[in-house]
Amino acid sequence: MTDQAGLVLARAETTEPRRPGRRQRYGLGSWLLPTYTIIALVFLLIPIAYTFVFSFNNSVKSNIVWRGFTLDKWANVCDKAEVCEAFGNSLLIGVVATVCATILGTMIAIALVRYRFRFRSAISLLLFLPMATPEVVLGAGLAAEFLSAGVQKGIVTIIIAHVMFCVSFVVVTVKARVSTLDPALEEAGRDLYGSPNQVFWRITFPLLLPGIIAAALLSFALSFDDFIITNFNSGTTSTFPKYIYISAARGIPLQDLLAAGSDERAVVVLRHVEDLSEGDTAAVLGVAVGTVKSSNARALRKLRAAPALVGVGETV
Amino acid sequence: MAFSAFATGTAQEQAPRRKSKIALILLLPGILYLALFFLVPLVSLVMTSFQQPIPNGDIGEYQTAFRWENYTDAIGLYGEHILRSFIYAILATIFALLFSYPLAYFIGVKARRWPVLQNLMLVLVIAPFFISFLLRTLAWKSILSDESVVITGLKALALMAPDAHFTGTPAAVIFGLTYNFIPFMTLPLYSTLERLDTRLLEAGGDLYARPSMTFFRVTIPLSMSGIVSGVLLTFIPAAGDYINASRDFLGGTGTAMMGNVIESNFLVTLNYPAAASLSIILMAVILVMVTVYVKRSGTEDLL
Repeated sequence: MTDQAGLVLARAETTEPRRPGRRQRYGLGSWLLPTYTIIALVFLLIPIAYTFVFSFNNSVKSNIVWRGFTLDKWANVCDKAEVCEAFGNSLLIGVVATVCATILGTMIAIALVRYRFRFRSAISLLLFLPMATPEVVLGAGLAAEFLSAGVQKGIVTIIIAHVMFCVSFVVVTVKARVSTLDPALEEAGRDLYGSPNQVFWRITFPLLLPGIIAAALLSFALSFDDFIITNFNSGTTSTFPKYIYISAARGIPLQDLLAAGSDERAVVVLRHVEDLSEGDTAAVLGVAVGTVKSSNARALRKLRAAPALVGVGETV
Repeated sequence: MAFSAFATGTAQEQAPRRKSKIALILLLPGILYLALFFLVPLVSLVMTSFQQPIPNGDIGEYQTAFRWENYTDAIGLYGEHILRSFIYAILATIFALLFSYPLAYFIGVKARRWPVLQNLMLVLVIAPFFISFLLRTLAWKSILSDESVVITGLKALALMAPDAHFTGTPAAVIFGLTYNFIPFMTLPLYSTLERLDTRLLEAGGDLYARPSMTFFRVTIPLSMSGIVSGVLLTFIPAAGDYINASRDFLGGTGTAMMGNVIESNFLVTLNYPAAASLSIILMAVILVMVTVYVKRSGTEDLL
């Protein structure tokens, strides 16, 4: 429809002489838009530049004020063993998940473009839904499945989760490439007595390779940077985003500090993480409001006494 | 973009009818995988959402039941969080659209004459993805913290009250959501604007339309598919996000969103039914909003 309209209008344009004053319409945009674009791109780059510059900051605790140049942070990247362990885990998960997702996704993409079969729209929907589902729901769903099946969470469950959300993205990327492929090339291969195997590996696969590589890079990036789904399905296994999250948590490992399953922990979370009122907290836990108050006070006293937390207690 | 990718298009016509056995072999592993690790989890989430605590059981022990009240309880307790999630996500989506449209327009339409510059700008748009999502958000937290140059500067210029904060406020959370999802908005907009036929804009001018009229009557309708894809790609993750709203990142008191509540119910207080029913509510509301939005914007064929 658009193209037709374009043609009609283009024809109209050629018959009508160009009027003077045509450039006037672009007058304002000619300097405003480029200026805006530069500002917008600089804005997008601010956090990266900041992270890079402040990685040289000679800071002790908080990394907000500039305290002089140092290469220490770069020289001792693996100073804390957990950092490099987490990084290694993320690399391993990323590579394994990418290989699996790329193989599964490429097969689906080829089938979707090249073959006819029933339930086509149902399969398209199944591939589309994981991309349209919020990550918390994907993460919580898988975690609920692992919980009811009694599966121990660890590196394997993380890989399973990552393959699941990467497959759809691989399908989209590879499918775009498959549909630009000229079937005549494969036909020529068959005409020259190439076996189906030869035709696939010598013609189809090399032509698809750029799309497959792009899909693999995309799924590695998605896997390596994923935090939300990983957090639900990792158990005690550390990944790089998880390490960042835990270090960012102002050194308040609520989960570790108060015994798991304790009422105090539940009260602290409900009151201070979810911002429920004392009445609502009491309703959730099925206890009296007075119990909530006393548990809360006890928990906060414990939290404030912890050496890592001195000075942050008042905000909790 | 991503949403039109699955549309059954012209490719179907050239597909041969035979060899459905090969198609089955190609499809089966991936489809089974998604069924097992995407569909079954959704079912298991629905079942969890109806569970009830085991009488006299420990925290985190639940049994299969049909407890509708989990939903009414969740809405009663977390109604505020649910509402807040969608308001933040809608605002972030609007800001991201307003930010991205001129940017995508410049890259896709005005910069056509310089392909190298066009590619360079595209790389800069996706540059935020080169560092971790969490690190980006933490960087903003530092840049906009009370001791930072930006905030002390604003206070020195009396543009901000001396005792005001930025981090920890709803504005900071919306800012973070907007920033983090801008590339998801810009790229689909770029890919439709890049194909925009500029002769149509000239035609608008030739028919004595003011530039603003041409923009609203020609450019916007023609880029609608990009706008819809961008809005969905921004809105869906933003509504479920819990990093930006977390107190350890840009959030503070009274900024917790649904994601935060689901996370803490699932992983900290071990209240699985509450977390599951909230997840189902989140997904249901998103599906309804997306369907209504797509119908309203007249782009059903995208889905």
